[in-house]
Amino acid sequence: MQFGSIRYNTDTPELLFRYGMNWEFFFQYIIAGITYGTIYAVVAIGFNIIYNATGIINFAQGEFVMIGGMTAVTFSHFMPLPFAIASAVLVTMITGGVIEILFIRWLYKPSVIRMIIITIGLSILIREMSMHIWGESVRALPYFTGTSVSSINLGGVYISPQVVWVVGISAIAVVCLNFFFSYTLLGRQMRACSANRDAARLCGINAGNMVTLSFMLSAAIGALAGCVVSPITYVQYDSGTPLAIKGFTVAILGGLGNSMAAVGAGMILGVLESFSIWIMPAAYKDAISITILLLILFLRPSGIFGSAEVSRLKEF
Amino acid sequence: MLRIRNLEAGYNSLKVLKKISMHVSSGEIVTIIGANGAGKTTLLKTISGLIKARAGEIVFEKKDIVPLAPEKIVLLGCSLVPEGRQVFATLTVKENLILGAYVQYRRKRTDEVSEDMDRIFKLFPVLKERGRQLAGTLSGGEQQMLAIGRALMSRPKLIMMDEPSMGLAPLIVKDIFNIIRKLGEEGSTVLLVEQNAKAALGIADRGYVLETGRIILEEKAEELLMNKDVQRAYLGRDLDSEVEIK
Repeated sequence: MQFGSIRYNTDTPELLFRYGMNWEFFFQYIIAGITYGTIYAVVAIGFNIIYNATGIINFAQGEFVMIGGMTAVTFSHFMPLPFAIASAVLVTMITGGVIEILFIRWLYKPSVIRMIIITIGLSILIREMSMHIWGESVRALPYFTGTSVSSINLGGVYISPQVVWVVGISAIAVVCLNFFFSYTLLGRQMRACSANRDAARLCGINAGNMVTLSFMLSAAIGALAGCVVSPITYVQYDSGTPLAIKGFTVAILGGLGNSMAAVGAGMILGVLESFSIWIMPAAYKDAISITILLLILFLRPSGIFGSAEVSRLKEF
Repeated sequence: MLRIRNLEAGYNSLKVLKKISMHVSSGEIVTIIGANGAGKTTLLKTISGLIKARAGEIVFEKKDIVPLAPEKIVLLGCSLVPEGRQVFATLTVKENLILGAYVQYRRKRTDEVSEDMDRIFKLFPVLKERGRQLAGTLSGGEQQMLAIGRALMSRPKLIMMDEPSMGLAPLIVKDIFNIIRKLGEEGSTVLLVEQNAKAALGIADRGYVLETGRIILEEKAEELLMNKDVQRAYLGRDLDSEVEIK
């Protein structure tokens, strides 16, 4: 078993029982959890951006992640890795914008249920189109630095360099997004639109453009997640959906629309999943997130971090 | 400044406004009074572009604004303080004001924004104290002040207010009307829609009476205050019972 990589779920728990749990294992699990948790959080933030702007859950969010990963792999044959990733993010961003303009913008006051069904349809459409473009083969970007077997020793804990990339790039993206929404005029316009669309229009803000922008932003951050994680998890035409389910769980767990809480919730789900391997077969790993999703929806629909003050100020 | 001719508008199959014609001249405070459901809010929403007119024309500063989107109309200098305040509840007070000035940024008049902000804070000192608070946590009166302040930040040539006294304590209502009077004295043009007819006519130059989607009366504000029909219908004076007492 390569501790440096987090492809631990192919191993049976018997192996762990034989070794027993010790601090070194404990940290390996934590780090694996954080890595996956980061990606879930980024996907959840993608959900939140569109939710905040339109009030809908974009079920094609996972497909943005997949398109990002796939196009990056394709581009990486022609250009150096950083450019390939940047281009992939750009392409996905444009895709997101085009999708909004083609399928969402012209709807006149659509119901939430209608928009949700449209996004589910889009996710199926994108998946099928990707299968025709890229086929069914599994792809991956190369490790950004080092290889799948290289590792960094962090006080007795071995981490794959890619983990550092995943967590680092995601953290930077989240900080940048937060800055964008809090301190730039454009970000504030987007928040104004989500707080009160008509009032925003009365301030001269073009609400339609803000929705397009939210799709582009959400697509871009999804694509970025798809790129950084693809060396670890691989990417395939249908790899978006499972990620979308995890991301959705995290978004609900943190409280819909609350991006900072999504980071915390992502960590919780990631770590829970990674420790679940220790006590039950790996096949049940995905059941964890569904269970959490149901529990949260039953017990605390505003999310564990949902602040009473802010949620009272929201429309729903 | 604003001239409306034969305006018709409504929701789906419901026709609310029927052949409305009216005008607002520069520097005037004009009020539209009328009962619940008369179409006052619909009229303001139609002028601001949130509802599309079905027929007629709305000319603002010699330009037909019927086909324009709300965001374009604001840019031309016609701002609405919507009914029920509609502040950005999850944003801070200061952010609300900055967004009010969004058209100023569009007009490349960025330098005027902080100056305007100071003016608003002078007009409503309480907003300065609460600058970092979320707008949704303000009291109703403070939210109304913020909504007016937000509209003023766009440096409107015409500011339209929809029921600024709605749901506020009488003392606050007085404050709000004093502010509107002050705006008028400073030369702003105000179109005020109110159910509180007495207070509205008290500060207005001219008034229209709107009844079931039609304008039935147009007079100087003082004359409307003296008008017996208006007194009976909107000012709560029961002339019939007065006669009996005699």
